[in-house]
Amino acid sequence: MQAAILEGGFGDAPIDAARAFRQIMTATAQPGTINKVAGAQPPKPLSIAAGVVLLTMCDPETPVFLTPAFDTDDVRAWITFHTSAPITTAKNAAFAVGAWDDLPLHDFSIGTSEFPDRSATLIVETAHLSTTGATLCGPGIKDMATLSLPDVAAFQNNALLFPLGLDFIFTCQSELAALPRTTKVS
Amino acid sequence: MSDYNFAYLDEQTKRMIRRAILKGLAIPGYQVPFASREMPMPYGWGTGGVQVSAAVLTPEDTFKVIDQGADDTTNAVSIRRFFEKTADVAVTEATGEASVIQTRHRIPEQDLREDQILVYQVPIPEPLRFLEPSEVETRKMHALEEYGLMHVKLYEDISQHGAIATSYAYPVKVEGRYVMDPSPIPKFDNPKLNMAGIQLFGAGREQRIYAVPPYTDVVSLDFEDYPFEASKADHACDLCGSTDSYLDELIVDDAGGRMFMCSDTDYCCSRRKAGHIGAQGVPYAEDAA
Repeated sequence: MQAAILEGGFGDAPIDAARAFRQIMTATAQPGTINKVAGAQPPKPLSIAAGVVLLTMCDPETPVFLTPAFDTDDVRAWITFHTSAPITTAKNAAFAVGAWDDLPLHDFSIGTSEFPDRSATLIVETAHLSTTGATLCGPGIKDMATLSLPDVAAFQNNALLFPLGLDFIFTCQSELAALPRTTKVS
Repeated sequence: MSDYNFAYLDEQTKRMIRRAILKGLAIPGYQVPFASREMPMPYGWGTGGVQVSAAVLTPEDTFKVIDQGADDTTNAVSIRRFFEKTADVAVTEATGEASVIQTRHRIPEQDLREDQILVYQVPIPEPLRFLEPSEVETRKMHALEEYGLMHVKLYEDISQHGAIATSYAYPVKVEGRYVMDPSPIPKFDNPKLNMAGIQLFGAGREQRIYAVPPYTDVVSLDFEDYPFEASKADHACDLCGSTDSYLDELIVDDAGGRMFMCSDTDYCCSRRKAGHIGAQGVPYAEDAA
């Protein structure tokens, strides 16, 4: 085992996770806002923000799917050591990490009509995150917001599934934004 | 500082609650099941709200707890002290200064901001429970958006009493989809459910968490010819003179004497500090002496 994968976790887990969760929750409650997180130093190609989300949200109860580009020995070992989350297929995943083009959107669980919460949350690694681009409206947004999204049609189709559907967290370096299934994109 | 983990709960429990909160925000009004823990207080004293607060608090927060609008009841004081001790957070009684507010059965009179979080203690999260006791059935009704029974209940109110007699825990429809129990807040508070703050609901005994993100469309159920009405006692506060806040009625002697006063103690107190005096009130400084 390489010593590197033992590094990069939260220094003070309860406090770091509490601060990180507040940012993730605010991002989810207010789609279109970009929030800064800190505390994780995951191995490449994971961004700091993706690492923080994994450390904050994942544990042995949440199977994680990695796209091939992220499915490296270091990333697997780091996630396993720090969260104990099992690495799994897209179909069984509660969380997934990958670039937008590599995520097999149709394979993830969108929940059931009786349990719409049993759906996957996708952590989408992006090279660029800004409040310009597609127009968002829906819960959490006062009038409208804008956010740089990798696609439009896919999010429109996802919103049509409501109350089922996938939820997205976009990560870029140490920043993140979220797009829950309720947001209408145009 | 205490020997407890930050905010009392262990990390895996907080992660489980945090995941439920995120799904709750993504599906407004839907009740997310969660594995509620035993807390060092009895069910009915806000174990659901306390678990949600424990999962969202950070050391930088300023925490406020209200019980039926009051900051100084046993329940409010003990929950506030609980997090003072286990999370080392600052506490306040001023609505405007708080970043996280845990509440039992009221929404503060003062409008909340986008950076504020309101955590509700919920006894029975299922709005259909008294109409249909089976969880299997109510879950199916939510899945099929089959809410006719709730309208029948409100209709029966009208045919019996001539008006919708439900005065608290008045059912709402969230974002045009899920019918939700806003917890036993008076229906006077229902219009305030459309707010800028994040609203989180925790039911400990019933093991459900649900949420309403800011600016979400929350509509109180009603009929075209019997529209929803946010009612309150037709009186002004006897302490601060406010005519637009929700009032408690207080019996003051054995001779039928009574007075009305704001249920929101912080609102009433800040009005009195600003010089407003009600019919039976005294100037603030004199009262404090």
